[in-house]
Amino acid sequence: MTKKILEMKNIIKEFPGVRALDNVNFNVNEHEIHALVGENGAGKSTLMGVLSGVHKYDSYSGDIIYDGEICKFKTTKDSEKKGIAIIHQELALVPYLSIAENVFLGNECKTTGIINWHDTHRRTTEVLNKVGLNIDTKTLVKDIGVGKQQLVEIAKALSKEVKLLILDEPTAALNDEEAEKLLDLLLNLKKEGVTSIIITHKLNEVMKVADEVTIIRDGATIETLVKSKDIISEDRIVKGMVGRELVDRYPKREKTIGDLVFEVKNWTVHHPLDTSRIVLDNINLKVQKGEIVGIAGLMGAGRTELAKSIFGKCYGSKITGELIKEGKRLEINNVSQAIKQGFAYITEDRKDEGLVLIHDIMTNLTLSNLERISKMNVIDKHLEVHECEQMLKKFNIKATTIMQKTGKLSGGNQQKVAIGKWLFTNPDILLMDEPTRGIDVGAKYEIYTIINELANQGKYIIIISSEINELLGICDRIYVLNEGRIVGEVEGIEATQEGIMKKIIRNNKEADLC
Amino acid sequence: MLKNQDVLRSNLKEYTLGIALVIIIILFQILTNGILLKPQNVTNLLLQNSYVLILAMGMLLCILSGGNIDLSVGSIVAFIGAVSATLIVNNNIGVIPGILIALSIGLVIGAWQGFWIAVVGIPSFIVTLAGMLTFRGLTLVILNGRTIGPFPVSYQVLSSGFIPDIVASSDIHILSIIIGIVISIIFIIKEVYDEKQKKLYGVHSKSNNTLILKLVAGVALINIFIYVLASYKGISVIMIILFVLYFTYSFITKKSVFGRHIYAMGGNVKAAKLSGIKTNKVLFFVYVNMALLSALAGIVIAGRLNAASPKAGVGFELDAIAACFIGGASTSGGIGTVMGVVVGALIMGVLNNGMSIMGVSVDWQQAIKGIVLLIAVAFDILSKKKSK
Repeated sequence: MTKKILEMKNIIKEFPGVRALDNVNFNVNEHEIHALVGENGAGKSTLMGVLSGVHKYDSYSGDIIYDGEICKFKTTKDSEKKGIAIIHQELALVPYLSIAENVFLGNECKTTGIINWHDTHRRTTEVLNKVGLNIDTKTLVKDIGVGKQQLVEIAKALSKEVKLLILDEPTAALNDEEAEKLLDLLLNLKKEGVTSIIITHKLNEVMKVADEVTIIRDGATIETLVKSKDIISEDRIVKGMVGRELVDRYPKREKTIGDLVFEVKNWTVHHPLDTSRIVLDNINLKVQKGEIVGIAGLMGAGRTELAKSIFGKCYGSKITGELIKEGKRLEINNVSQAIKQGFAYITEDRKDEGLVLIHDIMTNLTLSNLERISKMNVIDKHLEVHECEQMLKKFNIKATTIMQKTGKLSGGNQQKVAIGKWLFTNPDILLMDEPTRGIDVGAKYEIYTIINELANQGKYIIIISSEINELLGICDRIYVLNEGRIVGEVEGIEATQEGIMKKIIRNNKEADLC
Repeated sequence: MLKNQDVLRSNLKEYTLGIALVIIIILFQILTNGILLKPQNVTNLLLQNSYVLILAMGMLLCILSGGNIDLSVGSIVAFIGAVSATLIVNNNIGVIPGILIALSIGLVIGAWQGFWIAVVGIPSFIVTLAGMLTFRGLTLVILNGRTIGPFPVSYQVLSSGFIPDIVASSDIHILSIIIGIVISIIFIIKEVYDEKQKKLYGVHSKSNNTLILKLVAGVALINIFIYVLASYKGISVIMIILFVLYFTYSFITKKSVFGRHIYAMGGNVKAAKLSGIKTNKVLFFVYVNMALLSALAGIVIAGRLNAASPKAGVGFELDAIAACFIGGASTSGGIGTVMGVVVGALIMGVLNNGMSIMGVSVDWQQAIKGIVLLIAVAFDILSKKKSK
């Protein structure tokens, strides 16, 4: 009989405005690899946050039983002491320190308070060997690739005698070969007695390594599949992840597509620092009036770079190519010119680049178009309040007043403010970068509705998303971007997730052959 | 609709500061046996602290734009004093041309520092640290290490002049009283107009009772203050300058597009850039403005001391920075108000003045000011943590 190393019972966790976890039960057996799957915003990361002490024990309800005892973690330090290590999507390494320094950061090998460097390097080499890295421990972390950085993170966890390793989308930024290596490493670690929880979107990985799979959706556990008992198939997992709501997750839209076009022609962009490197290679895009066009592609394919380079050349250097709107060639060199020409760019990361979180909803909404509420550079406060209160109602932003700080809103409401801010500029062309990242299903639906309305008003809409399903649900046409090039174009009706992935993969293979 | 509670909460920081100021005033009024609020002392207090108020308004914009500070202001104060003394005292250039040239030099210095900060992209801390050393050095060069003075009487008007009275030889300064009444009327008209506008747009408006309460309190405060001044020598020229500056900077921060841009870039520089704000341009003008105000403070200080001294303005930058932070400005930018800064500067001013009257030594005064700064900022941070 296998022993349970972890039991999470009836976990409920609420954030202002959302119930992120609703009675989640989650059990993990010792010496197994357990996959946790679910859509973005289903609550996977929150659940792991609860487990690792990122969310303090009194901020949720329910019990965590780990290694036979109830645990109340205040900080991640507490969970580390018990042998739980979490490796986040965004790596937590210090780029300008060496591998050895990073591995033992916060856990330095020392004798009477003085760091023992010989011991540090010797022990680092040991753990690096375990993860299959053969590299000088004095190398700076910034000088090694993302794949190796991932391994250093795992080595760091191993150096702390980890028993339960949690990996949050470990292969998202890796190429196939690196991903393969990482999964093999997990299987090796399993033999050595390390239990792993792996959060991933890639179902083939789940099939390959997982002994058990738990599916969560909308903050609740749907089911746990056991390899020895159940048939684990992609279909079954997808069905669990998506649920039967799939049919009406996307609001319907009457398409009225006009013929005027917005066009990106021969758009080539070089890296801002390394100007010899081509980031986007001869991109050609067309958007018809009232059409919603999607851009699919993996992380690092150049999606955000494309949007930013179009939007007032915010990204890149030596940009060549043309932007043509309704037959006219546009001359745009900075953001304010882009805004004047009717562009709007809803950023990928609303917290980092989209909103001023310490300011209220009102000043965020009007920031990109203060001209609308001012005369001779003097702001008409009353007009501003009036317009913003209308926006609040129109977009159903859940806030007590427009004076509420945007930092205190839930993700979905923040996103509505971020979109509202750009609609305030009355744009013609909307570049939406991950418009529904990290928000709950209900808010997603509302945002899709807003997008549909905009399309019906005859705006040009380009949506970038890493969720192919989402693009399939709302776009009329999808361009597939891979490694800086458009590798395919599919009509919404004929498009399938597999079709798009195949285009990306086929292209990768071709590239490998060359 | 706005709820009263939220409005109250959002203004709470300013209210608590105001309350703190009132408590400190009452405390020193008692400790100094009523000397603090004597008409002559009130006039003096404002004169003594005029430079902090002038500099702090410029410093506020620097801090708002993203936690930038300007370390060079004290040295610029001395440098401008030295320049105007050389021009006016040594070279007999007229007072008005002399002052105008000095202010223009302030603009040039601002453009110089703004260039390095905004165009070249060197951190403001380093550029202004360099400016602090450079302009202090240049001051010594110009003055040859000596003090130049005295200035013509007309030069001193800015710093220690009073507006003339229409009725000669009266116990009370009549013109000041009249000005007080005029200000009260403008205040009432503005408030009533504001309420009307709010109603027009269907925005939350005050109930009639609160409006009347605000009007009565405002009018009373204005007139008591003016009466106190009028029973000494009346309204001083520096008060008019401060008043004008206060309204100008309140206007810039609250109502101008430029002000909104400063707040936005201080709150999130990436979001500001992606919203079409030319952040470098904003930063440039913030530093030009700071140097211009430093030049003004330089002229005021030189006039008050009636001499240009190589040691003038030492430590002024720190007073200005302290006033901003006591006044609730955020160290990382994006948060802070002109009103807060004025109250912050007055808290420091009253502490200084009160302790001087009590005969507390300058050494102790310095230490106590330091602790007040620490407590004020700690209070701010703790209250923020609580609200989270």
